[in-house]
Amino acid sequence: MTMTPDDYSDLNNPDIPIPDELKSNIAITTLDRIYNWSRARSVWPLLFGLACCAIEMIATAASRYDPARFGMEVMRPSPRQCDLMIVSGTVTKKMVPQIVRLYNQMAEPRYVLAMGACASGGGPFKEGYNVVDGIDKFIPVDVYVPGCPPTPQALLHGFITLHKKIEGQSIMSVPWYKKGQSEAIPVPVLGPDLIDPRQGELIQAASEGEYSAQFETDENA
Amino acid sequence: MKEISPEATSDVKSVDAVELLSRKFPGSIKPDDRKGYEGIVVDSSKLPEVATAIRDELGFDLLANLSYVDYPEEGVFEVVYNAYNTAVGGKGLTFRVRTSRDEAEIPSLIGVWPGVDFQEREAWDLMGIRFSGHPDLRRILLWEGFAGHPMRKDWREPFYEEDNKPYGTRWPEGQVQRAEMKTPYGMNVQYPGGFKLEGWEPEGEEALYAGLGTPLGIGPDIHQIKTDQLIVNLGPQHPSTHGVFRMAVTVDGETITRLKPVFGYLHRNHEQIGERNTWLQNMPFTDRLDYFSSLANNLAYAISVEKMMGQEIPERADLLRVLMVELTRIQNHYSAIGFLLNDLGAFFTPVLYALTERELILDLFEATTGSRMMCNYMRFGGLAYDLPSYIGGPAIKEGDRERELDTMKFIKGLVYERLPRATDMLDRYLTNNEVLVNRLKGVGVLPGDRAIAYSATGPVLRASGVPYDLRRADPYSIYNEFDFDVAVRYNGDSYDRYLIRLDEVRQSLRILEQVVPRLEETEGQEYMGGKRSYNHRVPAGDHYGHAENPKGELGFHLVSDGGGNPYRYHVRSPSFINLTALEEMCVGHKVADIIVILGSIDIVLGEVDR
Ligand code: SF4
Repeated sequence: MTMTPDDYSDLNNPDIPIPDELKSNIAITTLDRIYNWSRARSVWPLLFGLACCAIEMIATAASRYDPARFGMEVMRPSPRQCDLMIVSGTVTKKMVPQIVRLYNQMAEPRYVLAMGACASGGGPFKEGYNVVDGIDKFIPVDVYVPGCPPTPQALLHGFITLHKKIEGQSIMSVPWYKKGQSEAIPVPVLGPDLIDPRQGELIQAASEGEYSAQFETDENA
Repeated sequence: MKEISPEATSDVKSVDAVELLSRKFPGSIKPDDRKGYEGIVVDSSKLPEVATAIRDELGFDLLANLSYVDYPEEGVFEVVYNAYNTAVGGKGLTFRVRTSRDEAEIPSLIGVWPGVDFQEREAWDLMGIRFSGHPDLRRILLWEGFAGHPMRKDWREPFYEEDNKPYGTRWPEGQVQRAEMKTPYGMNVQYPGGFKLEGWEPEGEEALYAGLGTPLGIGPDIHQIKTDQLIVNLGPQHPSTHGVFRMAVTVDGETITRLKPVFGYLHRNHEQIGERNTWLQNMPFTDRLDYFSSLANNLAYAISVEKMMGQEIPERADLLRVLMVELTRIQNHYSAIGFLLNDLGAFFTPVLYALTERELILDLFEATTGSRMMCNYMRFGGLAYDLPSYIGGPAIKEGDRERELDTMKFIKGLVYERLPRATDMLDRYLTNNEVLVNRLKGVGVLPGDRAIAYSATGPVLRASGVPYDLRRADPYSIYNEFDFDVAVRYNGDSYDRYLIRLDEVRQSLRILEQVVPRLEETEGQEYMGGKRSYNHRVPAGDHYGHAENPKGELGFHLVSDGGGNPYRYHVRSPSFINLTALEEMCVGHKVADIIVILGSIDIVLGEVDR
């Protein structure tokens, strides 16, 4: 396919004039721009679905909405090959250790899109005893897409929002080129309820009576 | 105007049943005389014998449902069974046993109906009722080590506000209070008093793996080969398990010797939330059970509650309900076929064909109900809206205005032209495809009697040669006014489970062809019977209502105490119970066949785990 100047005009640095006759052959750009431009146009989502929203994600991936237009049609079931985790549905306490583990296994740069009300904040099932009220309690989320389920159009808008975010990053400051290793997120454990290892002290304090007054009433009978 | 559910023929028989049983088991049987309750109460010590008699002598061979109710005032748990007769259809027999809350234990029925396996485990998990004689009574939806049994009436979730909705506490003084602000952990967790993290060990999954060591006696004799057994986990994150489903499999070489499904990764506490909700508030939640078939779920719930309320439905509402439900069935079966092909390795192309047709049906749903998937369309007594006069479509050419398609024309185009053509196309491309035939024929055979024993329903049961379709066997809505055949296939293998879906699509189209002219006749007529209301009161009583959903029998066991909220709201989920037969279908086959067999059952996790 030959590219028309329009295809990469957003790459050109406007400060340096290019003669008209060379415009379809030459682009002058910054490293940040070409780096982000190519990253944003080849975001591979992780092929995994959680609940109802996953069906809309599949509908989005099908021909009518065609995410190939955004370079996003390649969904990979292995976290090692993916850039984007679409949390498409209700996150339950039983499932969240797996999701955190998958996130830890994804290579940087990685992004998380919380699709729908459930992934964003618990949604209609928030009060359920086995439901996590939002995946952002455990992993950092880049884009939230509202809806129950979000329509494919809304999800596409989420993708475009993510592209904008990617294009705004700079190679100088992105965390994955910093020195040292990024820390893995501690994987939650299933105990009498879901245990976030980061809340160990809080749980200890509660068991020593600091919160027991409140918990007397909420006690399991 | 007509009855919601026509009188079934075997009503008289259930009286005989009580007589016959009480003669056979004097003192152990008594009719349930509470107002609004039906069926018999069985003494728990005699349960297996009575159940065997119900199955063998009375002919109620399919145990459709096992539900459990907590009555803390009386200090008892009640386990409710609904058995049906697959040969003659008609109303079923409800029998129940009671056990004291403190030492809740009743005999397991797994020897009579192996289909109770997962349902008894669920009752143990969520209610804490022990079933003596159950070989593998572990938690099923939650995990070992979870504190408490959450379906008990006195158990409270971390975000507990009040017993029943509507809550008064959400907006104190006009300010929204997020539930997270009220717990010390800032999220949806709670720990039992005195729980100490120090020195605590998670229980892990030994119990699961312990059961996988011993191979079942079915399939080829793998002991001759003397190879190592290996335990493999598939899922919960696996592209072929149709969601967050997990199977722990013992393999010998490539051959499967044991298989245990692991549930609960999408357990969203549907029933517990449902009991806090008002009756109508549960309608949108039913959408999220089998999220491919939200309208069919709506219907099953609506007819169950309407039956308790004695509500009548206008004709147009019934017609629109049938229209929506049959279209739902068609798009569900298309998707099921598409995803089955995915599982066979024909990645995504067949799905694209299936989804293209599905999108058109969803256009109608969206225009009518406002949502593509979560339609929340039905109300007790009718529907939320009539058909719109036109269906909007995107502009296709530059400068075009949005297209406006006449709704009836659109429906006719779908029913008379587009969908029959698409069905023939799938049939032509797939049915005789060599790969498909070789991978499906003879794989995962489930004989008819085993299917009944495992309480399988829907296409899985009918592909095993049992023509049991609730639209005929226990007719609801206005299905008895339509001419259609119950699709049935006889080999019980994956190929027949594939073929039967095409058959059912064709029968659904046949029904729709009869619906469309009547829709035109009733244009403009009332589509809502009774009063529109947010708060319905349902007369006290207990009822098991069910409907033939695309995936099988979706049932609701509802108990009302006469108030505005269901006292008990139990969902009999076809996907969940159909999986009971999975191990037997898979043992002896290769690992790659599990995926195919699972695909041919057609499950959806929202319904499996609820
Ligand atoms: S946001 Fe709605 S559609 Fe999405 S997973 Fe949650 S309940 Fe299902």
